[in-house]
Amino acid sequence: MNLTLLMYLIPSLIMFGCGVYGFLTRKNMIAIMISLELMLNSIDINFVVFNRFLFPDQLEGMFFTLFAIAIAAAETAVALAIIINVFRIAKKVDINEITKLKF
Amino acid sequence: MDYSQFLQMPQEVGLLLVFLLVFIYDTFMPQRSQRALPVFTTVLFAIYTALCFVPCQCVNACEAGSLFGGMFEVNAATWAMKNILNVGVLLVLLQAGNWTNSDFMSVRRGEFYELLLLTLFGMFLMVSARHFLLFIIGLESASLPIAALAAFEKNRYESHEAAAKYVFTAIFSSAIFLLGVSFVYGIAGSLYFNDIASSLIGEQSALLIAAVAFVIAGVGFKLSLVPFHQWTADVYQGAPTAVTAYLSVISKGAAAFSFLVILAQVFGAAYSTVWEWMLYAVIILTITIGNLFAMRQRNLKRFLAFSSISQAGYVMLGVIAVNTLGMASMMYYILVYIFSNLAAFGVIAAIERQTGKTTTDDYNGLFKTNPWLSFTMMLAMFSLGGIPPFAGFFSKFFIFVGACHTGSVAIYVLVLIALINTIISLYYYLLVVKAMFIRQDDCVIPAIKSSCGERAGMILCALGIILIGLVSCIYVGLTEATESVSEIFALI
Repeated sequence: MNLTLLMYLIPSLIMFGCGVYGFLTRKNMIAIMISLELMLNSIDINFVVFNRFLFPDQLEGMFFTLFAIAIAAAETAVALAIIINVFRIAKKVDINEITKLKF
Repeated sequence: MDYSQFLQMPQEVGLLLVFLLVFIYDTFMPQRSQRALPVFTTVLFAIYTALCFVPCQCVNACEAGSLFGGMFEVNAATWAMKNILNVGVLLVLLQAGNWTNSDFMSVRRGEFYELLLLTLFGMFLMVSARHFLLFIIGLESASLPIAALAAFEKNRYESHEAAAKYVFTAIFSSAIFLLGVSFVYGIAGSLYFNDIASSLIGEQSALLIAAVAFVIAGVGFKLSLVPFHQWTADVYQGAPTAVTAYLSVISKGAAAFSFLVILAQVFGAAYSTVWEWMLYAVIILTITIGNLFAMRQRNLKRFLAFSSISQAGYVMLGVIAVNTLGMASMMYYILVYIFSNLAAFGVIAAIERQTGKTTTDDYNGLFKTNPWLSFTMMLAMFSLGGIPPFAGFFSKFFIFVGACHTGSVAIYVLVLIALINTIISLYYYLLVVKAMFIRQDDCVIPAIKSSCGERAGMILCALGIILIGLVSCIYVGLTEATESVSEIFALI
C-alpha cells in the first residue's frame, strides 16, 4: 500500500484538535499538560512528514523536530514543577478550584 | 567552525559574561557577602549597558552582518532594540534590589538574577533571529523562565496560581505558533526568513492564510493582543511586582519587535492580501477592549495589566504601518513605555512592600504623606495617557505619524479610532491622579522611606519621562538605524 502525504497529515491534525479540545475541557491540570503534549507532538509529525514527502533532499524539518522535542520536554518539566508547587500550597490539582485571582 | 564570528555578537557575549559572573558569585562567595549580590549584579549590568552604547555610532560600518549561515543577524536596528531592552532591565534591577534582599528570598536570591538574565538572552535571540528554529529557541527561553519567576514567592498562593496560568497559556500559544510554522515549512520548504519570503511571492492558498493566522495568534498571546489576552490580568496581579514589571515591558517590547520582523520580512508578500486586515481588526479590539476593562479595575496591578493591553495595541500601529518610519516609532514607543510603566510599577512596588496595599482607594490622599512618590506616579500616568510635555505624548504622536505615512484611508480610520481611545484612556489614568491628589481619607498610607536603589530607579524613570520627548536625537537616531535595514520591507 502506498502511503501518501495526506494519510499522515490528517491524523496529525486530528491529534492537534484533540489536544485543543482537551486543553479547553479538562479540569485536572495533569490532563491539561497531557493535552498540550499531544498538540506539540502532532506538530512534530507535521514537520517530519512535510520534510519526507515534499522536500526529501534536505533535513531541515527533521532537525527542527529534534529541537522541538527537546523544547517540549523542557516545557513539561517547568509546568509539572509549577503544578506540584500549586498542589503543595493549595492541595488541589483541579483548575475549577484555583480561581482566587479574578475581578 | 569559525569561532571568530562570535566576536560579531558582542551584546550577547557580554550578557553571557555578566550572567556567568553573577552565577560564579552566587555559587562560590561566602554566605555573609550574599546580600551584596543585588548591588553586584546591578553595577555589572550597568557597566555592560553603558559599554553597549559605545560602538553604536560605527555599527553600520563594521558590525552589521549575519552569523551562523544567516540564522542570526546583527544590524543597527537590532543593536538599538537590544540597547532599549538593556535600559529597561537595568531599571527593573534597580527597583528589585530591595525585594530580593528580603528574608524569604535569602536562599534563592541568585536564581532571580540568573533567570532574569537568561530570559533577556532569549529575547536577544528573538530580536536577531532570521531563522524560525533560532526564533523558537529564543521565544521559549524567553517565556519559560518567566513562569518560574512568577512562582517565585513560594509562600504566597497567588504567585503559584499566576505561574500556572502563565505556563499553560505560554505552552498553548507556542503550540499554535509552531503549527503555523509547520504550515509555512510545508509551503516554502525552508525555515530561513529570506527563503520563505521569496517563495511566498504570488502564493495564494488557504494554507498560507491559516499559517499567518496561527503565527499572529501565537505571538499575539505573548503580546496579549485582544482575543488572546485573558491570562494577562491574572498573571500580572499574582506575580511578584518586580516580575510583573519585567513581563509587562521587556518581554512585550522584544516580542513586538520580532513580530514586526516576522510579519514584514517573512509574510511581506502577503501583506495586503492576508494579514493587513487580520491585524487591523486585532488592533481595534486590543485598544478598545483594553481601555474598557481598565476603567473598572480597582487593583492597580490589574489596572496596569489592562492598560498594557491597550498600549500593546498602539505598539501594533507601528507594525501595520510596515515602513521604516513605523518601525522607528515603534521602538521609540517601546522605549518611552518602558520608562513610564516602570515608574508606575516602582511606586506600586515600594508601597506594596511596606504596606501590602495595591488598590486605588488605598492611594487616597497619598500626596499628603508621600509627595515624591505621588509626583512620580503622576508623571507616569500623564506619560501613559499622552499629555503633551511628557514623553508619552511624543511617542503616541510619532506612532500615529508613522501609521499615517502609508497614506491609505483605512489606516487613517484606524488612527482616528486609536486617537479617540487615547481620550478615553485619560479618564482612568487621571482617576489614579485624582485619588492621590484630590480625594481625602482617614487612613492614609504613612510616609514611606524607599531604599536608594528604588529611589535611583524612580528618579531615572522620571527623568526619562521628562527628557526623552525633548531630546530629539533619540528619535533621529532610531530613524537612521531603521533606514539602514529598509530591506526588511522590500516585499511590501
